[in-house]
Amino acid sequence: MLANLINGISLGSIYAIIALGYTMVYGIAKMLNFAHGDVIMVGGYVSFCSMMYLGFPAPLAVLLAMIVCTTLGITIERLAYKPLRSATSLAVLITAIGMSYFLQNAALIIWGANPKAFPNMFKNIEAIEFAGARISPVALVAIVANVIIMVALTLFTSRTKVGKAMRAVSEDKGAATLMGINVNFTISLTFAIGSGLAAIAGVLLCTAYPTLMPTTGSMPGIKAFTAAVFGGIGSIPGAMIGGILLGVIEIFARAYISSELADAIVFGVLIVVLIFRPTGLLGKQIHEKV
Amino acid sequence: MSTVLKVENLHVYYGSIHAIKGVSFEVGEGEIVTLIGANGAGKSTTLNTVGGLLKPREGSIEFEGRSILGVAPHKVVNEGMALCPEGRRVFAQLSVKENLEMGAYTRPASEIPETLEMVYEHFPRLKERQSQMAGTLSGGEQQMLAMGRALMSKPKLMMLDEPSMGLAPILVDQIFEIIEALNKAGTTILLVEQNAQMALSIADRAYVLETGRIVNTGTGKDLLNDDSVKKAYLGG
Ligand SMILES: Nc1ncnc2c1ncn2[C@@H]1O[C@H](COP(=O)(O)OP(=O)(O)O)[C@@H](O)[C@H]1O
Ligand SMILES: [Mg+2]
Repeated sequence: MLANLINGISLGSIYAIIALGYTMVYGIAKMLNFAHGDVIMVGGYVSFCSMMYLGFPAPLAVLLAMIVCTTLGITIERLAYKPLRSATSLAVLITAIGMSYFLQNAALIIWGANPKAFPNMFKNIEAIEFAGARISPVALVAIVANVIIMVALTLFTSRTKVGKAMRAVSEDKGAATLMGINVNFTISLTFAIGSGLAAIAGVLLCTAYPTLMPTTGSMPGIKAFTAAVFGGIGSIPGAMIGGILLGVIEIFARAYISSELADAIVFGVLIVVLIFRPTGLLGKQIHEKV
Repeated sequence: MSTVLKVENLHVYYGSIHAIKGVSFEVGEGEIVTLIGANGAGKSTTLNTVGGLLKPREGSIEFEGRSILGVAPHKVVNEGMALCPEGRRVFAQLSVKENLEMGAYTRPASEIPETLEMVYEHFPRLKERQSQMAGTLSGGEQQMLAMGRALMSKPKLMMLDEPSMGLAPILVDQIFEIIEALNKAGTTILLVEQNAQMALSIADRAYVLETGRIVNTGTGKDLLNDDSVKKAYLGG
């Protein structure tokens, strides 16, 4: 029971870190970046290659994955989404889906279809016994990383000048421009942060579930997107709560109901929540003053 | 009197819609100039183009003798003009103080407290509400916040797009008093209004805009007594 709860929170923490990328990009650019899940996969491969082929120590591999993913995120936005800034949201959505397939196929060409066994970077660390439950080091690291990221992002958006500007841009790009805020830079920065976090999530995910394939990012990406909607898309604490709830529900459904039905139950809960709260758990019910 | 803003032969399109058809006007230092006109005449389009949000297809816009056409939209505020847009457009999810800080986005942090005090002097109400979310303010308070936010950049020229829109008469009077006070304190004002009576009564000069063209101009006083203006905009 306790072990399941902790594993659920841990998986949920990984979903939450991914969900942040969806939710922040949605908040700023008002688009669903369906390629976000595949950035996770790229992060996985980059860290895999730098550990296995280049012999990098784990922290350096994570750092390199973050640099590559950040650059990739900024590039995707510049090349694929920026030209569509004033296009219909359907056109942007289809472009994002296309970008997702592009990344998966590029990975297929570069790294092949055979699954890679991701190295365990915590292999020298014993699983921790806690109240009779065995908790793997990666589970703990995921939870701690999630907490640190949440605190850092909350401080960033509420205390720093650039973070406040980001919130201003998410509300009204025209008014933000009048203030002297560079909207394009702010959007790039959002993609950079989201993709950097995707790299961290990718490494955690591949360490916890050590099979790496070109499609590795899809399912966690969709679940994290679900988590973001669940918590209220656009809301940073919503991504955290949505992610953790989703992880806990998934692990419990797997343990007590059926591992085949676990995903169906996860998405079923989402549908029920959206029926009663269409804007998600923490989504803003916007009352506009005229 | 030196010219602060000089707009010449401005043409602005929305796709294929020709919204501004050769508008020219000037604003001199220290003046209150108003553009009046019916709904849809092109007042907001003109102001948004000067403020950098829209790009004209033809014409020139000079601020203190420098063309601003090549300036990136978010850098127009650095030139020394601020636009207080139609519908206020305050950042609802930011606090009053954060909204004001955004107004001073391009200025050094060390100068902000002083400017903040200056804004609070004009709008004591905003100081009382500084930690409240802007979205919870009343319409009149939001208008004051939008004006305060524009002032935070310490503009030489302040452009106001229908500041009286949707406000109770007593608040309209208050807003216009503040505009006059800002002008006395040295800010040049370009005011767009549908409330022609109020606008003309505080304006040094005025232009009448009709379907994208300037059809009349004169001092505020002249236009208040002009028969065609009376008939079209002042209710007979
Ligand atoms: N975003 C837009 N897209 C297309 N047409 C617009 C847009 N905004 C304004 N217009 C048109 O441009 C003309 C001028 O509008 P506007 O400048 O808002 O007038 P005003 O501020 O004087 O009421 C109107 O005919 C209006 O319908
Ligand atoms: Mg208008």
